Amino acid sequence: MLLNQFLLLSGVLFCIGVYGVLARKNGVLVLMSIELILNAVNINLVAFGALTNDVGGSVFALFTIAVAAAEVGIGLAIVLLIYRNRRSIDLSEIDLMKG
Amino acid sequence: MSLSAALSAALSTDGDLYVAQNVFFAVIAVTMVFSAVRVVTTSNIVHAALWLVVVLAGVAAQFILLGSEFVAVTQVLVYIGAVVVLFLFGVMLTRASLGDDESVGEEKRGIAAVVAVLLFSVMAIALIDSFEDNRLVIDEPLSTARVSDAIFSQYIVAFEAVSVLLLAALIGAIVVARKD
Repeated sequence: MLLNQFLLLSGVLFCIGVYGVLARKNGVLVLMSIELILNAVNINLVAFGALTNDVGGSVFALFTIAVAAAEVGIGLAIVLLIYRNRRSIDLSEIDLMKG
Repeated sequence: MSLSAALSAALSTDGDLYVAQNVFFAVIAVTMVFSAVRVVTTSNIVHAALWLVVVLAGVAAQFILLGSEFVAVTQVLVYIGAVVVLFLFGVMLTRASLGDDESVGEEKRGIAAVVAVLLFSVMAIALIDSFEDNRLVIDEPLSTARVSDAIFSQYIVAFEAVSVLLLAALIGAIVVARKD
């Protein structure tokens, strides 16, 4: 197997995630797109770990999974709070801090 | 475009040693990319969460192909087991109109697609240029004992930091979402 096939797959996933973050208006769907991005990063880490036969890639992929779990928890709490305050999770309506 | 080129190169030059792995990689990769596109384009939020399950399972399968079985198991446990359930709870609690989702602005969707395609072209050129023929030789899977040894010796500080981060995130989520 080539290293590049994993890296390119991860690049495709990353770009699909970026598209989702930019194009989606629903807060929960934006969080799902962020999960796609984080998974692309994990594929990269494990692929480079396999290339160098180093355990660090897998270890940091595990750390990324833990951080992603924390991020989803906080993110959904924020989305819930926005919904409770505004009765909508349309992110394009949230422009309080727009200059 | 470049993915298929890389795939055919891998299939032709590796001999018969990794043919099965390459075939499985191609099948899983195509499934993952299709599902990921569905995640960001479907108008039904619950369907998006279910397509996300397919992508996450595909990532776990890629980890197994790369020989990192412990990361693959953790991926299934944490992502498919916990994160997707959390997403479904989020959908339920925000009652985000389970059927029809949203009307994405057309112009915004176009700009987002342009950004994504440009980003991928730059990444693909850089990757193909840098790692042209780096081979992955996976003799044996990375044993869980090696991973745990590394976590609890070399990376112990990072491990403790992640523990504190998880605790802080847990308390923070409760504080933010609490009704008072």
